[in-house]
Amino acid sequence: MSRLIKLKRGFDIRLSGRAEKKLTGQVTPLLYGVKPPDFPGLIPKLDVRPGDKVKAGSSLFHDKIRPEVLFTSPVSGMVTAVDRGTKRKILGVVVEKSGEEYIDFGKADPGMLTREQIKERMLASGLWPSVRQRPYNIVANPADTPKSVFISGFDTAPLAPDFYFIVENTSAADLRLGLTAIKKLTEGKINMVLDGRRNDKTILEDIPEAEITYVSGPHPAGNVGVQIHHIDPVNKGEVVWHINLQDVAAIGRLFSEGIYRPERIVAITGSEVINTGYCKMLSGGAITPLAENNVKTGNNRYISGNVLAGVKIPADGFLGYYDSQITVIPEGDHSDFFGWASPGFNKFSFFRVFASSLFPKKHYRLDTNLNGGERAFVITGQYEKVLPMDIYPMHLFKAIMAGDIDAMENLGIYEVAEEDFALCEYICPSKTEIQSVIRQGIDLMIKEMS
Amino acid sequence: MDSLRKKLDKLKPHFIKGGRFEKLQSVFEGFESFLFVPDKVTFKGSHIRDAIDLKRTMIIVVIALVPALLFGAYNTGLQHFSSVGIDPTILQAFWYGFLKILPLIIVSYLVGLGIEFIAAQIRGHEINEGFLVSGLLIPLVMPVDIPLWMLALATAFAVILGKEVFGGTGMNIFNPALLARAFLFFSYPGWMTGDKVWTEGLAKGQNIIDGYSGATPMALRSAGETADLPSFMQMFIGTIPGSVGETSVVAILAGALILIATGIGSWKIIVSVFAGGLTMGIVLNVLSVNPYMELPFYYHFVMGGFAFGAVFMATDPVTAAQTESGKWIYGFLIGLFSILFRVLNPAYPEGVMLAILLMNVFAPLIDHYVIQANIKRRLRRSKVALNINSR
Repeated sequence: MSRLIKLKRGFDIRLSGRAEKKLTGQVTPLLYGVKPPDFPGLIPKLDVRPGDKVKAGSSLFHDKIRPEVLFTSPVSGMVTAVDRGTKRKILGVVVEKSGEEYIDFGKADPGMLTREQIKERMLASGLWPSVRQRPYNIVANPADTPKSVFISGFDTAPLAPDFYFIVENTSAADLRLGLTAIKKLTEGKINMVLDGRRNDKTILEDIPEAEITYVSGPHPAGNVGVQIHHIDPVNKGEVVWHINLQDVAAIGRLFSEGIYRPERIVAITGSEVINTGYCKMLSGGAITPLAENNVKTGNNRYISGNVLAGVKIPADGFLGYYDSQITVIPEGDHSDFFGWASPGFNKFSFFRVFASSLFPKKHYRLDTNLNGGERAFVITGQYEKVLPMDIYPMHLFKAIMAGDIDAMENLGIYEVAEEDFALCEYICPSKTEIQSVIRQGIDLMIKEMS
Repeated sequence: MDSLRKKLDKLKPHFIKGGRFEKLQSVFEGFESFLFVPDKVTFKGSHIRDAIDLKRTMIIVVIALVPALLFGAYNTGLQHFSSVGIDPTILQAFWYGFLKILPLIIVSYLVGLGIEFIAAQIRGHEINEGFLVSGLLIPLVMPVDIPLWMLALATAFAVILGKEVFGGTGMNIFNPALLARAFLFFSYPGWMTGDKVWTEGLAKGQNIIDGYSGATPMALRSAGETADLPSFMQMFIGTIPGSVGETSVVAILAGALILIATGIGSWKIIVSVFAGGLTMGIVLNVLSVNPYMELPFYYHFVMGGFAFGAVFMATDPVTAAQTESGKWIYGFLIGLFSILFRVLNPAYPEGVMLAILLMNVFAPLIDHYVIQANIKRRLRRSKVALNINSR
C-alpha cells in the first residue's frame, strides 16, 4: 500500500482563469528562445553566433564550469539573435525555425545501456539540464550519484496545469522508457509523488519503475521540495535529483526515437485569456500564437509559469525551459483610494481582514499591484502557516540577510528553493522580496561550499 | 477621487529629490499612501500579492481597541460624576469622558507621529505604520488625569529610546506603549499610583462627596481593604477606577475576538497568558498565608491591567516570541509573573506591565531554544542517515 502524507499548512489562491480541459493540438511558433536565466547560477558560454545554422539538438551554449552540460536548440533553423542585458549578460539565444532536421543520437534501449552511456546521451542532447538537484535547485552535477530521484505528479500552484490530463495525452511508453533511463542514474528509488486529494487513477500508478507516495494538501504540496522534505530529506552532503514529469517523456523519446524533441503540453491560463486550454508545444517556443487574438485588451502581464514563481515575459516572449504553463493577468498600475480602509469585497487575502473572507468559494481576478509599501518585518507566525516544512522561515531569512553561513546550514538552506517560499512572499504584509532573499542565500552557499 | 489624485500628481514633483520640498518627501509619501494604496506593481518574485498591507494590519488592531476606548470614555465620565455625587446618563458620561480622553490621544499621536516622520525622513524610508497602534495604546494605559506634558515626554521617550534607536518599527525590544507607562511610573510615581489619579478631577480636589474613594481594586487589595472591593461582575464590566482603557474586561474581550477572528493577534499568546495567570492564582490560593493570597484566583483576571495586557500588549508581534512554540512559553510566563509580582511584591500594586517588559527581554532567548531544538532535529536526522549509509 502506498504511503499518504497529509499536509495541513499551505494556501490555495483562488484565481480565476483555470485552463479548460481541452487539447487544441500542436502549436508551431516561428521563433524559439533558450534563456540562460532559466538556470540559476549558470555562467553560459556561447557555442553559436547569429547567422549559424542549427539542428534540433545542436548546442547553443554550454556551462562554463561544467562544459559537458550543453543547452541545445529545440528546433532546426538559424540563430537570429543573442539577447543581452546589462554587463552583456546573455538573456537568450533565439532560433528561427525552418525544416525538421534532427541530430541523431541513436535509438537504444536504456535498460541495456550503462549509467555512463545514458548520461552521455542526455548531456549531448541537451536533456541533462532537465535534471535538477537539491540542495540549491540548480542543474544537477553529472558527477554526483543522487540518493534518490523525485518526480512530482501534480502541481498545486495557482491555475497550474492538470498533470492527470497531461498524462492521458502523453505516450505511456515514452514515460516508462524515461523512467528506465533515470533509474540507472540513482542507487536509490525513483519517488513518484501523486495527489492525495484526488480519487481518479492515472497510468502512473501502474509503473513498476517508480515508488508511489501520495501527498495531500493545499499549495505548496505539489512542490517537489516539500515532497522531498517529507519523504527523503536532504541532509548536509546528500544530493537528491528531481525531474519534471513531461521531461521524463522527453528523455524516453531520446531513446525511442534518438532525437531531442522537448515537446510538452502547455496550459494557457489566467483571467485575461479569452480561450483557456491546453496545447502541444516545444520548450522555448514563442507564445505569440497562443496570445494573439486570445487576450483581453488592456495592460497585461504575461508570465511563463505560474503567478507565484513564474517569470515575466513580453507578449512575444518564450516559454521557459522548465515551464508548462502560460499565465496572463492584468497589470496593477492603478492607485486605490483608501484601499487599505475599504471593506474589501473584491480583495482576496490569506488573512481574514476583508469582507471577501465571507465568500470562501469565489474566484478572483487579481492584478500585479503590490497592494502596499515595503516595510520592516512586523507580523510573526504567518509564514509558517503556508510552509509545510519543519523550517523556521523568518529565522532562515534573517540568517541569509546577515550572511551567516552556519546558521543558514543549520536552519535548512539545503532543503529549500525559491518556489517553496513563494506563498510566504505572497502573504507577507511587509511586502518583502522573500524569493530573491532565498536565492541570494543559495548563491552564497554555492560560492562558499565550492 | 480623480481630481484629488490629479492634485497629488501635480504636487508630487516638488517632494521628490531635487524638488522644493525634498525634506518632506517621507511625509508626502506617508500622506499619499494614506489616501491611495500606491500604483506600485511587482517586478520580481511573486507576481500577485495579498491584499493585506501593514496599514490594514494596524487598522484592525485599532478597531479591536475601539470597544475599550469607547468604554473608557464612558467610564471616565461615570467615575467623575460619581465622585461629585451626580448620576449621569450614559451619553452624558460618555461625552464628558470623551472630551477628557481626546487631548490625550491627540498629544500621543502628535508627538509620536512627529518623531516617526522625522526619523523616516532621516533614514530615507517610507513612514511605518507601527505608531498607529502604539499611539492609541499609550493613552489607554494612562490615568486620565495625567498632565499632557508628561504624556508628551513619555511618548517621546518611548518612541526615541524605545524604538528609533533600535532601527524603528519592527526592530524594538520593548513594547513602546508599556515603555511610556513604565517611564512615567518610575519618574513620576505620584501621578501613576495612589487613589487620586484615576478619576478625573479628583487630584484637584473638586467637590468630592464623602464615601467616594477613587482607589483601584488593585490598590484596595494591596492595602488589605477587602471589604471595599467591587463585586466580580462590576470589575468584569469595568465601572471601576483605573487606567482609561483597562477597566472593562467585556470591552477587552470584544477586542480579543476581533484580533483572533482576523488572525492578526496570536490566540496562543492570549490563551497562554490567561493559563499562566490561572496557574499562579491557584498556586497562591493553595499556599495562601495572607488575605491577598486568599483572593479567589479568577478575581485576578478582572482586576488591574491583566486582561488588557494579555490581549493588546503581550500580543505585540515585534516584542513577543516569534516562534509558535515560543509564544506558548512567552505568554504563560507573562501570566505567571504578572500575578506573582502583583501579589508578592509590596512595592507595586500591579505586576502586568513589569511582567510583560521582563518577558520582552527574554523573548529572543525563548526563540533561541526553540530554534536550537529545530537544529538538533535536523542534525539528528542527518546522523541517522549517516548510520544507515555506513552499515
